Amino acid sequence: MGKDRENGTAPGLTRRHALECMVWAGTGVLWTVSGGVPRSLNLLDAAEAAEISQGATTFLQISDSHIGFDKEKQVTAVDTLTEAIDKVKALSVKPAFMIHTGDITHLSKNGEFDDAARIIGSTGLDVAYVPGEHDLIDPGQGKAYLARYGKGTLGAGWHAFDHGGVHFIGLVNVVDLKAGGLGNLGAEQLAWLKKDLEGRSASTPIVVFAHIPLWSVYPKWGWGTDDAAQALALLKRFGSVTVLNGHIHQIVQKVEGNMTFHTARSTAFPQPRPGTAEKPGPMIVPADQLRSMLGLTSVDFTVGKERLAITDTTLA
Amino acid sequence: MCATRPNPVLTALAATLAVFLFDPSAPASAKEMRVTISNFTFEPQTTTIARGETVRFVNSDDMVHVVVATDGSFRSEALDTGDSFTAAFTKPGSFTYFCGLHPFMKGTIVVK
Ligand SMILES: [Cu+2]
Repeated sequence: MGKDRENGTAPGLTRRHALECMVWAGTGVLWTVSGGVPRSLNLLDAAEAAEISQGATTFLQISDSHIGFDKEKQVTAVDTLTEAIDKVKALSVKPAFMIHTGDITHLSKNGEFDDAARIIGSTGLDVAYVPGEHDLIDPGQGKAYLARYGKGTLGAGWHAFDHGGVHFIGLVNVVDLKAGGLGNLGAEQLAWLKKDLEGRSASTPIVVFAHIPLWSVYPKWGWGTDDAAQALALLKRFGSVTVLNGHIHQIVQKVEGNMTFHTARSTAFPQPRPGTAEKPGPMIVPADQLRSMLGLTSVDFTVGKERLAITDTTLA
Repeated sequence: MCATRPNPVLTALAATLAVFLFDPSAPASAKEMRVTISNFTFEPQTTTIARGETVRFVNSDDMVHVVVATDGSFRSEALDTGDSFTAAFTKPGSFTYFCGLHPFMKGTIVVK
C-alpha cells in the first residue's frame, strides 16, 4: 500500500518543501503545514479550499468512527460516518489518500469492522490505519484488527510509507497498557522507529499518526503516552514534524519548535473538554448540536509553502 | 439501573470461566460480592471478601470497559453497558486490577 503511494507523487511536489495540510473540522481535519508551523483553517469555503489545494497534495484524517456505538437516540455511528464519507466524496479536489487514527469500531466485532470497511471503502481511496484500543478487544486481543489491517505492518500494526516527499509513520500506542499508565509505544516499536528514521535527511517532512495523543493533553483521563518523549526525541532533528492523533474526540493543537501536534474530532460522538467534567466519555448532546461536534480533518502539502496548514471541518 | 439487568448469558459464561480458571473445586454458589463500574470508576474501590468468594464486575456505564488483574491472573472480555464478569478468589491477599481500556481506572480486592 505504502509502495503504491510512493509512486503516486503528485505533479509539482518536491521534497524540499514542507507540508501543507488542511483539515476539515467536525468530520475531519484539514491540515496545511508550511515550515513546520501549521495553520488551522476552519470551515474553508470552496474558493479558499481550491486556492490552497492548487499544486498541493491533500490527505484526509478521519478518526474514532466507533462503529457499534449506540448510545445516541437519533443517529448511529454508522449514520455519522456515512455523512462524513459523503463529505469526502463531495470534495472537488480528490484527496490522495486517507488516514484513520483508530477506534474504527466500538467493540472490535466483525460486523462493525465490516460496516466501517464498506462505508470507508466507498470512497475508493487508499486508507492507512492505526488501531485504537477499541479495535483490539476481540477475544483474540487484536487478531481481528491485524487480520484486516495488518498486511505490510509490524508488531501490533505499526508501519511507515512515503508520499509526495513526505515520510508518514503510523504508530500503535494502545497495546499492553499498564495499570495507572497512559498510552504505550513499547521498546520494540521505539527501536523500529529509530531504525526507520536513521539516515533520513532532516529536511524530510515527517507526519506521525497514532491513536492516543503523543503529548500530554490530560493525563488524569489517560490522554497522553508514557514513552512518547523517546519517540519525539528521535524526531527532534527534523525540520517539519506533524503529529496527528485521535482518541479525545475534539480538536486540541500545540506547536513546539518544529513540531505540530493536532488531534481530530470523532465521527461518532464528542467528549468533554479536559477537566470540564468529572470523567471522560461520550457526551450525549441534542441532535441539532451533535453534528457541529463531529468532523474530519484534511491535510494538504504544497510545494513552495513554508507552512503546513491544517483544516478541520464539522458534519454540520 | 443497568446493574439490575446484567446479561445473564455472559454472566453465567463468565462465572463458569472464572471457576475453571481459578478454582475448579470452588462451588459455583459461593457468596458473590459486586463491583459496579460507573462513570469510569470501580465502586467500591476496595472490596473485601473471604477465600472462595467471587466478585461480579457489573458495567453500568455508557462506555465499554475491560477488567484486568494487574498480575495477569484474569481478564474480562469487552464489557458493554449491562455486561458483567465474575472472578473467583481462592488465595488470601490483596489483588489490584484496572481497566484495560482506561488504565487510570483502578481497584483492589482484599481476600481474607
Ligand atoms: Cu474503562
